[in-house]
Amino acid sequence: MNKILLVIQREYLTRIQKKSFWVASLLGPILITAIYAVPIWLATQDKEVKRIEILDESGLFQMSDLVDKEVEFKLVKKPVSDLKSSFTKEGYAAFVHLPKDLLTHSKDIKIYSEKNLSLPLKSSIERVIEKKVRAILMKDAGIASEVYEKTQIEVSSETITVSEKGDETSSSSGGAMILAGVMGMLLYVTLLLYGSQVMNGVIEEKSSRIIEVIISSIKPYQLMLGKILGVGMVGLTQFLLWIVLTIGLSQVASKFYSANPMQQKVEQIKKGDPEVAKKIEDASPMAEVTKVIESTNIPLMVGGFLFYFLFGYLLYSSLFAAIGSAVESAAEAQQFTFIVMLPIILAFIMAQFTLQDPDSPMAFWASMIPFTSPINMMVRLPYGVPMWELATSMILLVVGFLGCSWISARIYRVGILMYGKKITVKEMAKWLFYKG
Amino acid sequence: MILSIQQVVKRYADHTALAGVSLEIPKGQIFGLLGPNGAGKTSLIRIINQITAPDEGHVLFDGELLQPKHVEQIGYLPEERGLYKKMKVGDQLMYLAQLKGLSKAEAQSRLKDWFIRLDIKDWWYKPVDNLSKGMQQKTQFIATVVHEPKLLILDEPFSGFDPINANMLKDEILALKERGTTILFSTHRMESVEELCDSIALINHSQVVLTGEKEEVRNRFKQHAFEVSYSGELEESKAFDIISITPEKNKAVIKLTEPNQTNKAIAALIKQVDLFEFKEVIPSFNDIFIQVVAETK
Repeated sequence: MNKILLVIQREYLTRIQKKSFWVASLLGPILITAIYAVPIWLATQDKEVKRIEILDESGLFQMSDLVDKEVEFKLVKKPVSDLKSSFTKEGYAAFVHLPKDLLTHSKDIKIYSEKNLSLPLKSSIERVIEKKVRAILMKDAGIASEVYEKTQIEVSSETITVSEKGDETSSSSGGAMILAGVMGMLLYVTLLLYGSQVMNGVIEEKSSRIIEVIISSIKPYQLMLGKILGVGMVGLTQFLLWIVLTIGLSQVASKFYSANPMQQKVEQIKKGDPEVAKKIEDASPMAEVTKVIESTNIPLMVGGFLFYFLFGYLLYSSLFAAIGSAVESAAEAQQFTFIVMLPIILAFIMAQFTLQDPDSPMAFWASMIPFTSPINMMVRLPYGVPMWELATSMILLVVGFLGCSWISARIYRVGILMYGKKITVKEMAKWLFYKG
Repeated sequence: MILSIQQVVKRYADHTALAGVSLEIPKGQIFGLLGPNGAGKTSLIRIINQITAPDEGHVLFDGELLQPKHVEQIGYLPEERGLYKKMKVGDQLMYLAQLKGLSKAEAQSRLKDWFIRLDIKDWWYKPVDNLSKGMQQKTQFIATVVHEPKLLILDEPFSGFDPINANMLKDEILALKERGTTILFSTHRMESVEELCDSIALINHSQVVLTGEKEEVRNRFKQHAFEVSYSGELEESKAFDIISITPEKNKAVIKLTEPNQTNKAIAALIKQVDLFEFKEVIPSFNDIFIQVVAETK
């Protein structure tokens, strides 16, 4: 036991002393924070207002019709040829030529610009014109503008889950899907990442020929177990760092966010009118996040994630260790790693379907079979899973891990001493039945 | 006896590596385990190190059946040896020493002594891949002996050593023997056998074909042949046959017709020639090795 601790210690310390560990630990949170902070930041930035000239030959538009928060319009009356040569000099991004018969030829609008017009700007211009043209057509058809305004409604729904006892929880299907997707992805990446770290560690010991010295001091299974646990702890440390750093960075990022002048304006409005404040809050993306957090059983998610990471990792890394033991170089390992990676990749593909329909028979079986269950059960968990299914899946995973580690340990103890022989899967199968 | 190997059999899928091997290795000796490649030496060494277990038979260590606790009393330098390339020399040796059961403090103080002894004090913080091959060999040797094992197993220890390091190793081996360590020494370099070993065992085709104390084995292979130098005309007589002769140098090798009748041969010689030199031809281990391996094919 003492000696397994020594192995764990060595595996752990040599890895966290590497620069690459700290680079990954720091870059992860920065990337995660950037992924959601940058769009928010961009959205809150005061956009540069583009100036557009409009040559309205139809005479339908007044300045009051041409209002848009991102575009400033100016009505001009000049010949097209003059405008073409002057609009850039006067600082306009583009000019728009509306034909005389705009109401009947609404597709004959021409926009002239120096550079290619951005899609959002083009649609902003079209939106403004379309609104006015539609209002005029409505009026001509005898529909009062108030009636038209009233028909412009938006539909939105609130999703609520009801338990058998009738308890209601406000749920968020969008949020659950994001959470499920993120956790599934994270498991997929970490299983591959740390599994192959174990394999490379085994190959290193074998190809540097230190293995024979080590196993004259400890049993091969002790070495294998120590290595797997040591690398696993590196993984957990990395998760911990990611979580702590991400929370820290988000705090910093949100400080910047609330210090933003526009956000301050919003805060002022909120203080003034509670009803408006509620509307603003419901509409902001943070509301969705808050809703997810409120409707999610956080301890279950965290506990589930740790369990499925740990046992999924133990299962796969023992198989990776067996492969590492049978080969002499990383290049030679490739043909075999595919065998182990296949179920992980398969699990990840299945998870895409589980994400769409978490209660389908395929999703059920995918979350039961030990090889695919870590990723697929984590994808199902945010949607809510019956307790018995969760328990069965966990038990099966533990059983699967014990089975795999037994097989791996038997391949490993033979493989690490095997040199200069081309190994086949059939050969490895034979090793299972070798005596001591 | 530090090691008593009794009727050990080890089979692999396609061949038998050891077919009922029995050996007694006395305490405090340097014991040479000889044999051609593939004879079964490494299989036997792995069984003694408990890396693998015998299919039949058993091994006694210091009178006890071999058990996991004994690994702490055995030091093993494998033929194919390596180190963790990225680890620092000091960390690496601390790790290996603790795996052999030393406490942290004990490992540290003993390693420091070794570093001073081998004059490598400033290596502690060097990564292994910055060391030359000779330096790595010193490091490996320290790892093998730092826990002061009762039994030291060296598999081809001199392979890859330059003459200076080989000499250092030889001196260290002899020093360890002085302190009572038994050394099991596997090799096919016969000159080191002549120089170092007290006893030998020769393994061929999975079996022990020859074993005993070095001098006793040598005596067994004596041909009762003598090298003589003389002046005059040498002819065969009743007491001896001439095996080879170089008249221009006045040298010849003769063989006694009856074993142990040396005086008779000398008497016959001095009747014929003026005798300057009369020396027994001692078989070298190289000759013995080749002869026995050829006979047991």
